[in-house]
Amino acid sequence: MAILDKHKILETNATLLLICSFLVVTIGGLVQITPLFYLENTIEEVEGMRPYTPLELAGRDIYIREGCYVCHSQMIRPMRDEVERYGHYSLAAESMYDHPFQWGSKRTGPDLARVGGRYSDEWHLDHLRDPQAVVPESVMPKYDFLERTRLDGEHIGDLLATNAIVGVPYSDEMIAEAQRDFRAQADPDSDYDGLLERYGEAVNVRNFDGQPWVSEMDALIAYLQMLGTLVDFSTFTPDASR
Amino acid sequence: MSNYLKLIGLGVLTVFFMIAAGYARDLAYQTHAVILMLVAAGLFLHTLRNTDEPRLPVATGDYFDSVVRAGVIATSFWGVAGFLVGTFIAFQLAFPVLNFDWSEGYANFGRLRPLHTSAVIFAFGGNALIATSFYVVQRTSAARLWGGNLAWFVFWGYQLFIVLAATGYLLGGTQSKEYAEPEWYIDLWLTVVWVAYLAVFLGTIIKRKEPHIYVANWFYLAFIVTVAMLHVVNNLTIPVSIWGSKSVIIWPGVQDAMVQWWYGHNAVGFFLTAGFLGMMYYFIPKQAERPVYSYKLSIIHFWALIFLYIWAGPHHLHYTALPDWASTLGMVFSIVLWMPSWGGMINGLMTLSGAWDKLRTDPVLRMLVISVGFYGMSTFEGPMMSIRAVNSLSHYTDWTIGHVHSGALGWNGMITFGCLYYLTPVLWKRAGLYSLSLVSWHFWLATIGIVLYAASMWVTGIMEGLMWREVDANGFLVWSFADTVAAKLPMYVMRGLGGVMYLSGSLIMCYNLWMTVRRAPAKEASLSVAVPAE
Repeated sequence: MAILDKHKILETNATLLLICSFLVVTIGGLVQITPLFYLENTIEEVEGMRPYTPLELAGRDIYIREGCYVCHSQMIRPMRDEVERYGHYSLAAESMYDHPFQWGSKRTGPDLARVGGRYSDEWHLDHLRDPQAVVPESVMPKYDFLERTRLDGEHIGDLLATNAIVGVPYSDEMIAEAQRDFRAQADPDSDYDGLLERYGEAVNVRNFDGQPWVSEMDALIAYLQMLGTLVDFSTFTPDASR
Repeated sequence: MSNYLKLIGLGVLTVFFMIAAGYARDLAYQTHAVILMLVAAGLFLHTLRNTDEPRLPVATGDYFDSVVRAGVIATSFWGVAGFLVGTFIAFQLAFPVLNFDWSEGYANFGRLRPLHTSAVIFAFGGNALIATSFYVVQRTSAARLWGGNLAWFVFWGYQLFIVLAATGYLLGGTQSKEYAEPEWYIDLWLTVVWVAYLAVFLGTIIKRKEPHIYVANWFYLAFIVTVAMLHVVNNLTIPVSIWGSKSVIIWPGVQDAMVQWWYGHNAVGFFLTAGFLGMMYYFIPKQAERPVYSYKLSIIHFWALIFLYIWAGPHHLHYTALPDWASTLGMVFSIVLWMPSWGGMINGLMTLSGAWDKLRTDPVLRMLVISVGFYGMSTFEGPMMSIRAVNSLSHYTDWTIGHVHSGALGWNGMITFGCLYYLTPVLWKRAGLYSLSLVSWHFWLATIGIVLYAASMWVTGIMEGLMWREVDANGFLVWSFADTVAAKLPMYVMRGLGGVMYLSGSLIMCYNLWMTVRRAPAKEASLSVAVPAE
């Protein structure tokens, strides 16, 4: 074939070969990624989404640090069994404040996208301390050491501020009050009006692990207990296709 | 003079890392600051001791093979380390008691799994790619590596990246993006090393004495440049503080998912496929002593493969909140990708035309050929699993894990073993390998290990997929999630045994290579000056 003879030009010029290969491999990504930023139906219009509270965000970091995403997905597919087992299928809007996303790729354990409110704080505490004591068949490791690690939220304001830079709508006030809100959420005896004012009345304010101080366990359970609880599905109408 | 500048630079770095260790906000960052401080201080002392010493003349005429020898050793070492961690975590999934209480979470499955994937993909695979590309580009260009000691910088810089990434996972420094877990400063360091790698590789091609660039080098070049692009875009983060490992990725939710799997699938497509095809295109013709089957096929499948692969990412996101148009595109291109993949397989296998009899007598060639066989198998399985209806069953199950391992253990592992068996006698100037029957033992242990692994994962994957969706006559789910976990136990043990066999094979290989260097008779009148098109 004559056209293949022209390949000699590329085969004898390293720079040209490099440039052509690079151009060829950019196309797919450009076509698939860029429209996601401007097509309006990529992210549904929903009511109820809010940024994570400082304590939930700290819990999310522990979730990431321990590699929970390795075995637990947070993405319910619109199939009968999944909706039956885990609840309403996941929306793109529900991870719009996630940097990075936590959809996962493997279910060695069950999906956690809507685990919030499904079990009590005590159940989570028992389960994280010793999963086999609660679910004998489970192969999950123990996370009892989280209870023993204290958190003071010293740098939590920086974390909120960095999330604000990448587009999460944290206000200056939320960033300034981050450490106070962090402590207030795990202490029902504190003055937590400011926290509820900033993040909504539905925020869980509880002593999640039953200890007098804030531990990593508090933060992780606070995160788990809000997963999938934000969107108000009574006001949601899905698009026919997107 | 340059030594004095180096000394000042290294001294400043040492002090900076000392300060960083003091201000550190988390354990991973602090440990890394100490490691980097020790490295900078060690280099400072090394430079100091060599300052004002008479310089040895730099060899320029022959091939730069010392760095390739180091690469062969590093590949073997990281291979065994990666397989060992993999086998251990396979048993952790069968027996959760192996997540020890005393390790306080540092050795839990969630932290060891990224350690395993990175160790085999980036440490074992990456070192194999760097070492073989440095070997192949010199032989096919009839030129010494460009850039002098820059090649050593690439080698040691890459080992430093591996050590930082691995210790980071254990200490909790991760950004949770699969196969791109290392945090921001490790990503920055890898970018520096990778640009140096591109410079050495491209520089050597540019100063080649052969008019044509050999086909293996097209693949290596496409792999290096594409991985650079994927790495930079997928890891665009903003550090929370320069004194901590935590950073926030700029991509949100659904866009981040798309970028991640665009990266993730092409880590497979370019790191584990294009680069390894470069290995195939040099070492199979050499070992079989036959020319590549079809020149035209290699042109067509090269351009088709690199163009199509990059589209395949969204098949990891079927039925998710990613818009349907994107995952449909991913599916269509994944299916089309079957053709160029098999084009590569045919070109590799048919290279044996007229030399098939060698499979009976040469276990190294057998290893190289079965790797291409596994490549063909997993590049058929992959497009099949990317079909939406199949994926609805296979996604989130062990089937995916089985698929990945038939590719990684079968294709990447076996071809790397073949290359190591080829390279060791050549690089250490030995007449041949210490023992061919040990190669046969390795071959069969590894092959049976893969079969056990893949078969048990097919069974658990399809079984759990079916159990999850089974409903009874009244429309209720039949199985709780815990039932499906319990049902998988026998196959998980079987999978672990497959891993033990594969690991034993690689240990036999290390012994054999070691004895080749120590005991095998030297090759007489070895010729290492640049000869074109060797």
